[in-house]
Amino acid sequence: MTEPLNPQTSAIIAVADLVKQFGRFYALRGVSAEFTAGRLYAILGDNGAGKTTLLRSLAGLSPPTRGTISVFGKTDLRAVCGEIGYMAHPSLLYDEMSGMENLRYFARLYGIMDDQRCADVIRAVKLDPELTRPVGQYSQGMRQRMSLARALLNDPKILLLDEPFSNVDLRSAREMVALLAGMRGSGKTIFVVTHQATLLDGVADEFVWMEAGQIVNRTRELRTMEAR
Amino acid sequence: MSSAGLTQATLIKDLRLEWRSKDAINSMLFFALLVVVIFSFAFDPTAEESRQIAGGLVWVAFLFAAVVALNQTWARELRNQVLDAYRVSPAPPNSLFLAKALGNFIFVTVLEALMTPLFIVFYNLRALGPAWQLPIVAVLGTWALVVNGTFFAAMSLRTRRREIMLPLLLFPVSIPALLAMVEATTSILTGEYSAKFWIVLLVAYDLLFTMASLLLFGFVLHAE
Repeated sequence: MTEPLNPQTSAIIAVADLVKQFGRFYALRGVSAEFTAGRLYAILGDNGAGKTTLLRSLAGLSPPTRGTISVFGKTDLRAVCGEIGYMAHPSLLYDEMSGMENLRYFARLYGIMDDQRCADVIRAVKLDPELTRPVGQYSQGMRQRMSLARALLNDPKILLLDEPFSNVDLRSAREMVALLAGMRGSGKTIFVVTHQATLLDGVADEFVWMEAGQIVNRTRELRTMEAR
Repeated sequence: MSSAGLTQATLIKDLRLEWRSKDAINSMLFFALLVVVIFSFAFDPTAEESRQIAGGLVWVAFLFAAVVALNQTWARELRNQVLDAYRVSPAPPNSLFLAKALGNFIFVTVLEALMTPLFIVFYNLRALGPAWQLPIVAVLGTWALVVNGTFFAAMSLRTRRREIMLPLLLFPVSIPALLAMVEATTSILTGEYSAKFWIVLLVAYDLLFTMASLLLFGFVLHAE
């Protein structure tokens, strides 16, 4: 059996007593954790466990009710948002525009004027940058890939991915996993919220299991958690 | 990229989206056309009466029609939660606000350009005062409507009934501007008194609310 992991000392992300409350509902109940650079974390748990809220909090989209989040030593997440890539469950893309038009616009938000960068990330997710069809006419799988391409645009050091494999066929999902593994190899820290944990078996460095708004276990292998 | 560059990029994106979907302009045109036709049947005024009431009719029609565009402008940012992509980026909030306000200004100006000839025909209008002041009132009045409208539409974005919430927030705040627009337009059409005071009031209103919106929009954008 794999030993539960100890908190890391050289953390690039530190979460301390994080509480997130929506009305009377507590989505996060005092989450404390540290995450180190260059690792791929799979965040698992049932619906309503707080996975997406944790990811949105790390992205700076959901300010904590209590507690602190520190990224690269800064608690003001606006100061480090250029180092973070975020892929949500919805596509975060305009349906009426083509993939390239979407990425060209989002690139400008990060000060990227080079269309070549947009084309490169579209190719990296195995799509064609020349495709003129609006994103609204893409298949769900293509939309997911384009959404990943958008999150990669700014070459982020931290990548936060919410359900990147949902509605993607198995072959494409495995290609995405291989792409993520390659990015982890190049030093990026990747968080993947997923219900398809087996795709990350043998790839993720750590499985973070959430339940009722708390992190209840962190293990190196998937089967350790599944045995719970 | 500079703030002006980002504003331009966002404005071009919005114009492109509107060109392809025609969501805002079609709804506005249809609505404004209905108002013109219904009012003309309901009142059937003489030329003199028309000059007295046209200012009010025109601006109320444009205000109601603008609300349609204002709701649309943020609704398209909610589809697929695209607004979150802006919120996680380092782009300044004011670039987004200015682009949205300018986009709405263009949409409402197009509407005004198309509807004004109809008003003139239906109400048999002819300006007895300085007609050259009308475009100035139109520009200042339109900006007053869209700058507040864009801000309050963003504020009501996350409320459950945002289509109702926007007029509830916008109309009371727009009363001073609406009064100035109506009075200025009536004074130009009738030639009975000077529109100068009302134009100065519109300038002050525009400056005040543009500054306030720019100062506060960051909080609105990043609020949950």
